[in-house]
Amino acid sequence: MEDRSVLELREMAESYKYDFKDPYLYKEVFEKGLDEEKVIKISKIKGEPQWMTEFRVNAYRVFISKPMPTWGNTELLNKINFDDIHYYVRPEEDHKTSWDDVPEYIKKTFDRLGIPEAERKFLAGVTAQYESEVVYHSIREDLAKQGVIFTDMDTGLREYPEIVRKYFGTVVPPEDNKFAALNSAVWSGGSFVYVPPNVKVSIPLQAYFRINAKNMGQFERTLIIADEGSEVTYIEGCTAPVYSSQSLHSAVVEIIALPNSKVQYITIQNWSRDVYNLVTKRSVAYENAKVGWIDANIGSLLTMKYPSIYLLGEGARGEIISVAFAKTGQHQDAGSKIILAAPNTSATVTSKSISVGSGRASYRGLVKVYKEAKNSKVNVQCDALLLDPESRTDTYPVIEVHQPNAAITHEATVSKISEQQLYYLMSRGLSPEEAKTLIIHGFIENFVKELPMEYAVEMNRLIALEMEGSVG
Amino acid sequence: MLKIKDLKAKVKSVDKQILNGVDFEIKKGEIHCIMGKNGSGKSTLGHIIMGNPDYEITDGQIYFENEIINDLPTNERATKGIYLAFQNPIEIPGVTLANFFRYTTKKFYSEDVPYPKIRKQIVELLGKFGIPEDTMRRYLNEGFSGGERKRIEAMQVLVYKPKLAILDEIDSGLDIDGLKNVVKYINEYVEHNPDTSIIFITHYSRLLQYLSPNMVHVMINGKIVLSGDMSLAKEIDEKGYSWLENSVKT
Repeated sequence: MEDRSVLELREMAESYKYDFKDPYLYKEVFEKGLDEEKVIKISKIKGEPQWMTEFRVNAYRVFISKPMPTWGNTELLNKINFDDIHYYVRPEEDHKTSWDDVPEYIKKTFDRLGIPEAERKFLAGVTAQYESEVVYHSIREDLAKQGVIFTDMDTGLREYPEIVRKYFGTVVPPEDNKFAALNSAVWSGGSFVYVPPNVKVSIPLQAYFRINAKNMGQFERTLIIADEGSEVTYIEGCTAPVYSSQSLHSAVVEIIALPNSKVQYITIQNWSRDVYNLVTKRSVAYENAKVGWIDANIGSLLTMKYPSIYLLGEGARGEIISVAFAKTGQHQDAGSKIILAAPNTSATVTSKSISVGSGRASYRGLVKVYKEAKNSKVNVQCDALLLDPESRTDTYPVIEVHQPNAAITHEATVSKISEQQLYYLMSRGLSPEEAKTLIIHGFIENFVKELPMEYAVEMNRLIALEMEGSVG
Repeated sequence: MLKIKDLKAKVKSVDKQILNGVDFEIKKGEIHCIMGKNGSGKSTLGHIIMGNPDYEITDGQIYFENEIINDLPTNERATKGIYLAFQNPIEIPGVTLANFFRYTTKKFYSEDVPYPKIRKQIVELLGKFGIPEDTMRRYLNEGFSGGERKRIEAMQVLVYKPKLAILDEIDSGLDIDGLKNVVKYINEYVEHNPDTSIIFITHYSRLLQYLSPNMVHVMINGKIVLSGDMSLAKEIDEKGYSWLENSVKT
């Protein structure tokens, strides 16, 4: 990235200024496949500043130079045909999906979850708008009064170029991994959040409320900056299954928690079952900042996602709580990365996975303690629940410690639902399915109680639905 | 209500015969006690009536309201009106007592009864049985004391209102006051619901002094060897079980 003065940047941004909402601009549809020319074109269409165009081009080069990961589910990964993917699909095009094309199991789940009609079509990609503008506007006004910026990433780049340029790509550089590089080259949509010093945002910011369908795009890019002493909770996704005609989804989320701030990022991911969900989520926490990732992975064909926390300032704390639900044909390869690089830092990781049928859940975790991290503490707890004899779970923990007085614990358990637990609950009238569902509720109770009420209720309903043979 | 004919059963895991031809009958509104030493098969009988997957019926029939229920899934037995208070209730981590009742009561209460109303009743019942309300937030049976488990298991008779309740050794783990209290509310319930049949399974006769059972049965080596009235229990109280064992052998 070249150095440019803020003024220059501003001028550039001005000169490229486009009416973003002009529908004609979106008429552009790219053919499948990707090359440098297309990357530049995406940037131009969006009217981006030069530095972003260059950032994208550089990222594209990194993407093609990097081999496919040789770990994780390589069999499924190698099935991805990068030439068979649309890399820039304007929102309208994405919504070409007709309601008739939406798989039956998804419609059924909408029914059972009681999702309103308008919302269903939005979630299924049939319409661009989820009719919640009124709610959305009032929330926006409240936030604006406090100086909070909450907008889509494209708008963020246009309207707040200095902040974006300062932080964009600093937590997850394109060089990090092949999919982060791809995202960096072709990103579209996602959220941009900036919370000014000492502002405590009392309501969770919900991507769900966002009327912009771009948010549900393939290559979302989210950047959250919590300035000193601020607090914010961000919620992404929803429990209803998200149907998409595009099979590769590769998002990048960057969180910067400045000193004494608190950020909590909640994800409930329920992609349809043909989707590759390969996501890079990372945060940095400075002095006494606290970052929490709360992450549920329910849908998709293959998820590879390892939310990370870099504890860079003294006294910084991190927490990762995740749940993965792998049904037959699904592989949830999820985990966490905790990097401790300052004194008195601490982190806890709680990972819960449930495998049903031939479903496979893997935990992949890294804990790295630098020698600077005196008096640091990390607790990792991985619990796997297997429901059927052919269900599978694996744990791949890596612990690297360069500070002898760091206290690290790692505990992993694998359990099955015992016949006696089922029998006991059945003796109180519950069917085997209901009994299993209740046991699963208990298993993920620690996770669910971290969720806002309405999400907790939906999450429990969803687990019950997933357990019913009839859905999917 | 419940009729058992020449019931034979084995423990699946070790392929060991544990019931050797049990004959038993209890009628509507009756109270029976089944007594026996440890390992006599008395608790097993309760579990086989409930359908515990650890056991397999090898011969004989169990009739509930004139229907053979040998192969009926446990949950259907429960919803037909059979309840077993476990001697050792199973722990379900993460499931609060409140959630447990929220799910299970759906099976026994009409949809028209709102859950908050049911919950209120449950909390009142818990109170009667000496269990504080905040127990509703604890995880099912996890870390519950022996006494707490017994009280909560017994109290559920009043929640689900079964036609047949089997109370397996509710007297063990309860102190005398606790036991009196539990039996008091069970007796009171039976008074108001005279069609309920109840089987008490116990090792000791101390429980019987608070009850007025219609019949007392003694189990030895997987069989009911003797049935009678309260005087039988008194005899066991005085002499123990050995005189019966000897008489059975001969």
